[in-house]
Amino acid sequence: MAKSKKLYLYPLWLRIWHHVNAILMIFLIATGISMQYSDPAYPLIRFDIAVTVHNIAGVSLTVSYFIFLLGVLFTSIGRFYVVKTEGLLTSFSKQLRYYLFGIFKGEQSPFKVSEKQKFNPVQLITYNLIMHAIIPVTFITGWALLFPETIVLNVFGYSGIMLTSLVHSIAGFFISIFLLIHLYVITIGSSTTANLKSIIYGYHEEHDTDDDQSEEIKE
Amino acid sequence: MDLTKFVKKIRKTGARWLLLVLPLFIAWLMSGADVSLDPKVEFDEETLQCLECHGAMRYTLVDPETGDTVSMKMYEELRIDPNVYAKATHGSFSCIDCHSPDFETHPHPVSVKFEPNFECIDCHGPDEKYADFNFETIEEEYSISVHGNHYIENFSCWSCHNPHTYKNTARQSESITEIVAYNNSMCLGCHGDISHYEVLIERQLTNMLSKHDWLPNQSLHFRKVRCIDCHAAVHEDILVAHQVLPANQAVRNCVDCHSTNSILMGSLYKHQVVEKRSKSGFFNAAITNQAYIIGANRNYYFNVFSVVIFGLVLAAIAVHATLRYISYRRQHGKK
Repeated sequence: MAKSKKLYLYPLWLRIWHHVNAILMIFLIATGISMQYSDPAYPLIRFDIAVTVHNIAGVSLTVSYFIFLLGVLFTSIGRFYVVKTEGLLTSFSKQLRYYLFGIFKGEQSPFKVSEKQKFNPVQLITYNLIMHAIIPVTFITGWALLFPETIVLNVFGYSGIMLTSLVHSIAGFFISIFLLIHLYVITIGSSTTANLKSIIYGYHEEHDTDDDQSEEIKE
Repeated sequence: MDLTKFVKKIRKTGARWLLLVLPLFIAWLMSGADVSLDPKVEFDEETLQCLECHGAMRYTLVDPETGDTVSMKMYEELRIDPNVYAKATHGSFSCIDCHSPDFETHPHPVSVKFEPNFECIDCHGPDEKYADFNFETIEEEYSISVHGNHYIENFSCWSCHNPHTYKNTARQSESITEIVAYNNSMCLGCHGDISHYEVLIERQLTNMLSKHDWLPNQSLHFRKVRCIDCHAAVHEDILVAHQVLPANQAVRNCVDCHSTNSILMGSLYKHQVVEKRSKSGFFNAAITNQAYIIGANRNYYFNVFSVVIFGLVLAAIAVHATLRYISYRRQHGKK
């Protein structure tokens, strides 16, 4: 009988960073949607309040992002984000196949979480895209909208502010999609609540090689 | 002495070109005394005669009895820049189309001072050609506005629409920024200039910047929105609102503009929206090209796309979760 392995993958500082980001992100999405779809008849959040909250949360998230970036560049957490192109396509499609088909057949995830590699290939690509492309695009355009005088006024007859705002909304839209899937993926752990527990307590519970899951949960 | 020292210094420093340029620059400054007429601008005989004095910074007054002459300053209010006038909406008019022919006598007789000024409605009221402008409604709206002459004596159409410079930017310009700048300069002509303000009313001039401190991105608002968009009541029959409201009735609610049914669609963007709608049939065409107001102009395609993708993602999650649940039940059922 193999015991379920517990790895301390999410230290306290990381969990705090993650939860702060999560709260800021929820504020940003809620106020963002409210501003974009503002209607005096159905005020989701009062416009001026939404603007202020969105600005404060956006600025705070930028600060948080740079803390992350420093961490990735100068500390050991950077290793989790390194993408090795060799065999990436195969491992990515393997992991994707598991999510789309294997998971329903009771197969085990083809990827094992370790201290060296905490993201599976699908997570690795998604997190890198979100953290190194979409989030920067969002806060760069967000800051530009905070100082609209810095934006080129006219781009081929279209308002520069409008285009910046459109890019900002599209990036925000991708982050919202990411959030939905991210929340759903919580339930895909060794048990339905295992991933949720990991991000709260810091310990990752590995899918056990033993097929008796109920025993694993008890432990 | 000082001048020779200065010249020597210039020579020493090698900036000899200054010696050539400086006199030219001084000559150019001194030549600014009179306005030179743009060669493209053409006026009739009578108008040119008037502009000889009224188009210049100074004019020569001749005493008809003694023949003595004196050089006089032409006061700003009586001075007309011929080049600006030629481009103004009424620039094709001769002076005496609106002013008394008595002005052709020099020096002008005192009687001309009693000449009543025409107001917009005097010419445009009965004119079918301008029915679209609804000058009668403009007149009514203006008369109940804070500028109406019940409130301020000596206020008239001309107080804002200088007949010698006025251009119908709201209908003629394609650029919203230009329309805003032109329109706001009319308001700020008095509300930003104590010398013009105090001629009309004995009241302390409000500081426009501190009064609008509450506006986020104040300078952007000032460049992109007209004063009247918040300070005047919109009337659907006229293009530009003329019922300027007391300050305490101005728009202060963000969502009045920042929403799909933005009041700006019926005011600042009215002309553009109507024009573009009739040309292209695309509802948001004008404002998506010219300006962006958070909450007011969403991109239709982006909205449809985002809602569809959101729906698909949620549906995919629901299907995935259901299938997982079924497979879990099946495997555990077997055991």
